[in-house]
Amino acid sequence: MSVSTAKSGEAPIDDPPSPSVSIRPTRFGPRERRDFLVFLAFAGPNILLIILFSYRPVIQNIQYSLLNWTLGSSNATAIGIGNYVEFLTSPGTLDILRITLVFTLVTVGGSMVLGLLIALALNRRIRGIGLARATVFAPYVLSGVGVGFVWQLIFDPAIGILGVILRSVGLSNPEWFRNPNLTLVMVIIVYIWKNMGYAAVIYLAGLQAVPKDLLEAASLDGASSSRTFRSVVWPLLSPTTFFLVITTILSSLQAFDIIQAMTPLGNGTTTLIYESYLQGFINTRAGYSATIATILFVLLVIFTIVQLRFVERRVHYS
Amino acid sequence: MTVTMEKPEPRAAGPLAPRNLWAAAATSYLTIVLVVLVVALPLIWMILASFKAPSELITTSPSLLPDSLAPTNYVEAARRAPFGRFLLNSVIVTAIGAGIKVILAIMTAYALVYVRFPFKNLIFAGILATLMVPPQVSVLPNFILISGLGGANTYWGIILPGLGTGFGTFLLRQQLLAIPKSLTEAAEIDGAGHWRRLWSIVVPVSAPTIATVALVSIVFEWNEYLWPLVITSDPMMMTLPVGLNALRNSESSALGYPLLMAGSVAIIVPVLIVFVALQRYIIAGLTQGAVKD
Repeated sequence: MSVSTAKSGEAPIDDPPSPSVSIRPTRFGPRERRDFLVFLAFAGPNILLIILFSYRPVIQNIQYSLLNWTLGSSNATAIGIGNYVEFLTSPGTLDILRITLVFTLVTVGGSMVLGLLIALALNRRIRGIGLARATVFAPYVLSGVGVGFVWQLIFDPAIGILGVILRSVGLSNPEWFRNPNLTLVMVIIVYIWKNMGYAAVIYLAGLQAVPKDLLEAASLDGASSSRTFRSVVWPLLSPTTFFLVITTILSSLQAFDIIQAMTPLGNGTTTLIYESYLQGFINTRAGYSATIATILFVLLVIFTIVQLRFVERRVHYS
Repeated sequence: MTVTMEKPEPRAAGPLAPRNLWAAAATSYLTIVLVVLVVALPLIWMILASFKAPSELITTSPSLLPDSLAPTNYVEAARRAPFGRFLLNSVIVTAIGAGIKVILAIMTAYALVYVRFPFKNLIFAGILATLMVPPQVSVLPNFILISGLGGANTYWGIILPGLGTGFGTFLLRQQLLAIPKSLTEAAEIDGAGHWRRLWSIVVPVSAPTIATVALVSIVFEWNEYLWPLVITSDPMMMTLPVGLNALRNSESSALGYPLLMAGSVAIIVPVLIVFVALQRYIIAGLTQGAVKD
């Protein structure tokens, strides 16, 4: 590319591919060797741990997925893509995909809409607002298992306080734990309760970054507050929305603690990740579990690439 | 999905039109009060329930306040399961796990910013990309590796696989890049090696960020569930969430509730206390990177 191609108005630049251009003058002296070793000593352990416990499992899952292998057994039979065929043709798969999709869409949509609403309410300077912000965020840092058990008591059809409230207004309390559609609703409610504060705090930061003069200009032009929100604030929030869509979808796809605590057998709440856990550690089907983990990982990668390639283009950056 | 939310203009703009409801909700104190109640009430209910006798809880008309504040359920939970041991295990795993994680993050970030090495950006990208590999995907291969090495029901087996840190490295690298180069260069001229520059200059200057990474790691390790759940089967090695799950499985559900609530308090309240005291750091750490500058 550096071969002299004379453009009009430019003097042809003679740029022979000399080594001095591409290679920086870094002779490998004692100083460089020392830096090399220091880097390995400082960053090496972390990098090694990451390779060993994050990247190796991805490869290993692919290997395991080609085996018919009971967890803990010393015998495994290679069955090629048998596990994949089984997963794709199994009658339960469609249900698992449906549950995964519903859980992900509703938790993501729900926590983002509620998060935005809460952020709008919190975006003002009044006494106690800091405390309110902290309270709303608090569930996000709490143990999903503890939270799951607390809500299990609340939802309990026989003795739960929710039933007491529902009955006091003349409604009946449904069998939250028996009906597979209701278990999903229940788990989704608890998940949103735990995670909406995160979206709220992120949106709040986005709202506080909206330039005051833009809002003043809009109000001088006589725009209503909802019009201002739609035409000024919402477009400016699009990077925040984009960030939240990505991060909350990724964490919803990884949801485990609440599902396990509230519905240990996955009755109506078996998402892909939970099916992988159930197959691997309850049914001890290591190969089949690894197959589902591999499929989930591929989905995550595809999803991330699609997001980065197509969504980011439509995001408005101020 | 939400990016394309171009709503058509609603025709009727009465007081109950969606956009007016939206605006009203957003500007109302009621919303704040409502949200705070929705968040706080279940947690208050948990604390109250943890002091109630089974007969007070297993009823269709539960009272608000417990009859007595005697820690009967806590004592009973500790009698049925080694709760003291669960607590100790959680403290050990959290302290060692978070401690090592923070040190690894500091040293990796230092190396990435200050030490010359080929392909540093590529290495950083590789470290960052771990955030895209969910722990749930790696749990089975890690279980097979660690239990094969004899790590089941050991502290090192619980702690080791989670030590590599992309998140802490990312946060600290951002912080280190913001330190004026003149600071470290002055020390270099004085003959300080990387080790001394790291501990006597970079670490003290970065204390707030290190505190953030430490707090987030502590909360994460304390709440960590899936990995300790699969790698421990001996109650003496279980952490609090895993032990509580074991207790749940062994008790008939209704009678177990008071004990479960006592256990939930033991998991949740310590984090709540830390959070209330240091929420600024924790919120900053967990939301870092969200808002681009």
